[in-house]
Amino acid sequence: MTFDGYRRPDGTAGTRNYVLVIPSVGCSQGAAQSIARGFRGAVCLPNILGCGQVGVDHTLVERTLVGFGTHPNAFAVVVVGNGCEHLSPQDLAEEIGRSGKRVELVVLQELGGTGKTVRRGRKALRELLADAAKCEREPIPLGELILGTECGGSDFSSGLAANPVLGAASDLLVGQGGTVILSETPELIGAEHLFAARARSPGVARQVLDAVAWWEERAIAAGQDIREVNPSPGDIAGGITTLEEKSLGCIHKAGTTSLQEVVPYAARPSRKGLVYMDTPAHDIEQLTGMVAGGAQVVAFTTGLGTPCGSPLAPVLKITANGETYRRMRDDLDFDASRVLAGREGVDAAGERLLGEIVAVASGKGTRAEKHGQMDFCIFQTTLNI
Amino acid sequence: MNARGRGHKGGATALVIDGRDNVATALAALPQGSEVRLEVRGELETVALVSEIPLGHKFALFDIPAGDSVTKYGEPIGVASTAIRRGEHVHIHNVTSSQRGAST
Repeated sequence: MTFDGYRRPDGTAGTRNYVLVIPSVGCSQGAAQSIARGFRGAVCLPNILGCGQVGVDHTLVERTLVGFGTHPNAFAVVVVGNGCEHLSPQDLAEEIGRSGKRVELVVLQELGGTGKTVRRGRKALRELLADAAKCEREPIPLGELILGTECGGSDFSSGLAANPVLGAASDLLVGQGGTVILSETPELIGAEHLFAARARSPGVARQVLDAVAWWEERAIAAGQDIREVNPSPGDIAGGITTLEEKSLGCIHKAGTTSLQEVVPYAARPSRKGLVYMDTPAHDIEQLTGMVAGGAQVVAFTTGLGTPCGSPLAPVLKITANGETYRRMRDDLDFDASRVLAGREGVDAAGERLLGEIVAVASGKGTRAEKHGQMDFCIFQTTLNI
Repeated sequence: MNARGRGHKGGATALVIDGRDNVATALAALPQGSEVRLEVRGELETVALVSEIPLGHKFALFDIPAGDSVTKYGEPIGVASTAIRRGEHVHIHNVTSSQRGAST
């Protein structure tokens, strides 16, 4: 199977063809937004970090911005710096340029302020967009697709049907040689031993357990023992019996194949198949990490409905709650409610969902794209300085 | 579609998520004594409910001896703390977690 995508100089393939404007620091975000304003095909990352982060947090910002800059859904990039920030705009532009992608750099303190920077940036952007318009889609093997998986605004229908349907689609994509990213480590707690048992090696299994231990210690340090409070009385009233069951309902969206690799936040997987990314459960931080890690499409299950979307990758919303689909249809793309009504099998719905993922990868717009959802938030471990 | 036969056909009353599961989840409140038609490991079967099953709760597809795993999503979600009959409500009164949070 194939999707229609854009071939990039580094060999990767995009599902979209944006010119991406990246402020390397919050101080240049205003100029960056002005540069992108009004141009069809240009998107600006609403980045507010880039200065004041230290150690691992600085690395998280750098890796995320480089991940977006080198992402195959971007044809070219305009980096907008202020000039004195910790995260060097020159280094960022150079790092992105290593992917063979065209990068333009404008820096406020070098050009003499916002007005000149915006004019220079818009001129560069106009030229890049003219070249982007010449790109054409071509058939790309489905094995080159990286699908991010996520759930948010969950209800009883999520674990029961929407996540299993996405799991069936994930298994089909892995069967085609593709890559599926599962993330949100706090939601693994209680089923980590079952998930680790699916790892391809003891070393990979160890990484899963270590990631869970790190988050669990942080939660306990903040005063909450996740194992002691889950399943909640509400979960139990709704039919959830054990913590394993609750967590499995979440992780089932990545299907049943063996775990190939564990990658840190915003890192690019080096293996195909099922990959685990260690991220928070925060919807936007998780989404940002998976897109920075190269996900060209994200499949997002919801029970109650959520509008969120990424500046760079289409986010396809799935619900199995028929009432939510009717009420929140403006924000939802895929109706799996027939599974809960007993009129469609999980596998049949998964196959139909994979078809929709391929259509979106090939250019079909999602509701989040229609609404211009540009959600972006980089995970940070500590306070900024 | 696959060898495990995940999914189900016929009947809007209960869902078997994975072919390896020994429990189904009720898609409606099901009264004691009702008969549920659903696909169990590739065969269309009728399970007679020996207890009332609230919406979203589980019932056993087979007799589950005490100490055996309760399987949902194709994975063990806990252990039967007492023998569970086919068609019986499966919940905190007869299942123990292997995790410390829900082990009491």
